[in-house]
Amino acid sequence: MHSTTPNFKKNARTALADSQLQEALAGLPGGLVAQRAAARERLPEFDSLRDYGRDLRNHTLDHLDLYLERYEQQVIAAGGHVHWAQTADDACSAILRICSEADARLVTKGKSMVSEEIGLNHRLEGSGLEVVETDLGEYILQIRKETPSHIIAPAIHLTQKQVESDFRLQHDHLSANRKLDEPAELVNEARQILREKFINADVGITGANFLIAETGSSIIVTNEGNGDLTQSLAKTHIVITTIDKVVPTLNDAASLLRLLARSATGQEITAYTTFSTGPRRNGDPDGPQNYHVVLLDNGRSEILGSKFKEVLRCIRCGACMNHCPVYNAVGGHAYGWVYPGPIGAVLNPGLIGIKEAGQLPNASTFCGRCEAVCPMRIPLPKLMRHWREAEFEQTRGPALARAALRSWAAFAARPWLYHPLARVAARILKFSSGSRGSLSWFPFAHRWTKDRDLPAPQGKTFQELWAARGKSTTPKTKRSAR
Amino acid sequence: MSRRAILDKIRQSLNATPNDQARRSALDARIANPPRAPAPSRVAATGSDTIACFKSELEKQLATVVEIDNPALIPSAIASYLEANKLPLRLRHGCDPYLSQINWTSAAGLTLNSGPAAPNDPTGLSVAFAGVAETGTMVLQSGPDNPVTLGYLPDTHIIIVPKSRILATYEDAFERLRTAIGSGNMPRTLNWISGPSRTADIGGRIVIGAHGPRRLLALITAEK
Repeated sequence: MHSTTPNFKKNARTALADSQLQEALAGLPGGLVAQRAAARERLPEFDSLRDYGRDLRNHTLDHLDLYLERYEQQVIAAGGHVHWAQTADDACSAILRICSEADARLVTKGKSMVSEEIGLNHRLEGSGLEVVETDLGEYILQIRKETPSHIIAPAIHLTQKQVESDFRLQHDHLSANRKLDEPAELVNEARQILREKFINADVGITGANFLIAETGSSIIVTNEGNGDLTQSLAKTHIVITTIDKVVPTLNDAASLLRLLARSATGQEITAYTTFSTGPRRNGDPDGPQNYHVVLLDNGRSEILGSKFKEVLRCIRCGACMNHCPVYNAVGGHAYGWVYPGPIGAVLNPGLIGIKEAGQLPNASTFCGRCEAVCPMRIPLPKLMRHWREAEFEQTRGPALARAALRSWAAFAARPWLYHPLARVAARILKFSSGSRGSLSWFPFAHRWTKDRDLPAPQGKTFQELWAARGKSTTPKTKRSAR
Repeated sequence: MSRRAILDKIRQSLNATPNDQARRSALDARIANPPRAPAPSRVAATGSDTIACFKSELEKQLATVVEIDNPALIPSAIASYLEANKLPLRLRHGCDPYLSQINWTSAAGLTLNSGPAAPNDPTGLSVAFAGVAETGTMVLQSGPDNPVTLGYLPDTHIIIVPKSRILATYEDAFERLRTAIGSGNMPRTLNWISGPSRTADIGGRIVIGAHGPRRLLALITAEK
């Protein structure tokens, strides 16, 4: 997928001024936040399960080569095929080859972020195939020639009115006077149209939420059932997925499934969870006759050996973006590449490079909500900080910001200079803020003060307050884990 | 070749060699004896009622749940459900042995056809391999006994869940599967169904009946 990530700041400004986007964003992720909290409340084991999930993902990553080998062995034993792909281009070529062997003309697709990552639709359509997205949100985006703005709610940036006008334009063979003002009517129209596609498809492509080494199965979770119709009715089922999705056993998948839907939408579980293993068996009256898995690396094996390894624990629930104040303000498209929100700010630089995606780890206040809700306990702010360091080391970023950071570092590294000056500055700032406690002007910060006031210091530095506190209480020697 | 290159890169990143016996044993041990996460207290606590939990969780997910003690009454229960929903009295089903022991002529007007679902079949009838109480999930195996399309193409899906197959957790259902078809084996698809099809992709409002069934009826009944 083409990236507009270097334009994050411009994208964000446009998003903030887009009243339709702001209307769509208002309240939607907020609902998901409340639903997740309620689901967590209902399952007292939720937080201990997160520890369990983190440990099991760490174990899997530490044995990734072996679990992948076992997984492959089991897929083959069940009559399926595994195609290893180092790059996006390799993966697209493998899928094209399978489609051409199947003499395919019509391809249906379930929702897959990896297929976005490799720009699959573009490649398939370029070879003359008709590709139809069957997840309702993805179908709407395909009509609009847009990309997902959220990893589990891809059309979250659209209002119902927009969908109605898209359907009227796209489905122009239907009566212009038909009623379409209820979501149910829109869903029903898409259902009728996509039925035909499911039934006539030659190849069905789905993603995978997990792969299981014990059995060679791929798992998808859906609420619509589109992934099941996609894979059951076509002659050939292709799974496009990545090497980090493998888990050891069915039981391990169960542990992660307990966390996935609850973290994502606050559901106890999605309506459908499907474990697919190989093609239809002898005597099976339905199901695909061919089963292929395209296993993509695309930089993940490199991340595995870096200080960003922990990001590979991600199970793509989207909780980090639902809870992110930046995501909630600008939506997903501003991030400019496949994965938005905090997970994108850590993953995208690893996949497309810090040169391309350097603005994303900077688009964070480090408020820490993403880490607090991540079911896999990925330390997202820490990893974003590592990217900022990497960006600085690679002499990237605006010259002025670099100069400011460098002089700040020089200053902060000299306590004998820093402490007295900070004390003076804190007092001057408190004095100039008067009784309001905030500043409407500050040197070099006019971009901030143009739209809002800057809170002024209370008059004492943190060090002074800390020292005063230290006299009454014993400081903790070791920070406890969150 | 890509396969070799990816595996080599992974080993390089992990500082690992392909034939490290300790790493291989860790994998073999986990797969031979799959560990379980602690079971949710809603089904693990002493005194928790598995059937009641299954029922209430499934109802929360907008399925209709009916308990019938006597399996002989299944045909009439299905007929009255279909009539109440103004649906044709036509069922498509597979050759699950549970179904053949039922006298279907006991309910007047009910027509049964066997085989995979056709696009215009109004109702599919399946028999669950297991039920999982913790989230009201029904576990179905694909195959001639219960063709997978029965649960996705028709507008209405009816699933018979014998009481004795309702277990506490997902892991319990997997253990039942390993015992039934052998460790490491799977049917072409194992389907967990926990409610009718739904979507929230338009304006965030939940609509039932996206692509799969608009209605889901679970019949909890006796084994024979």
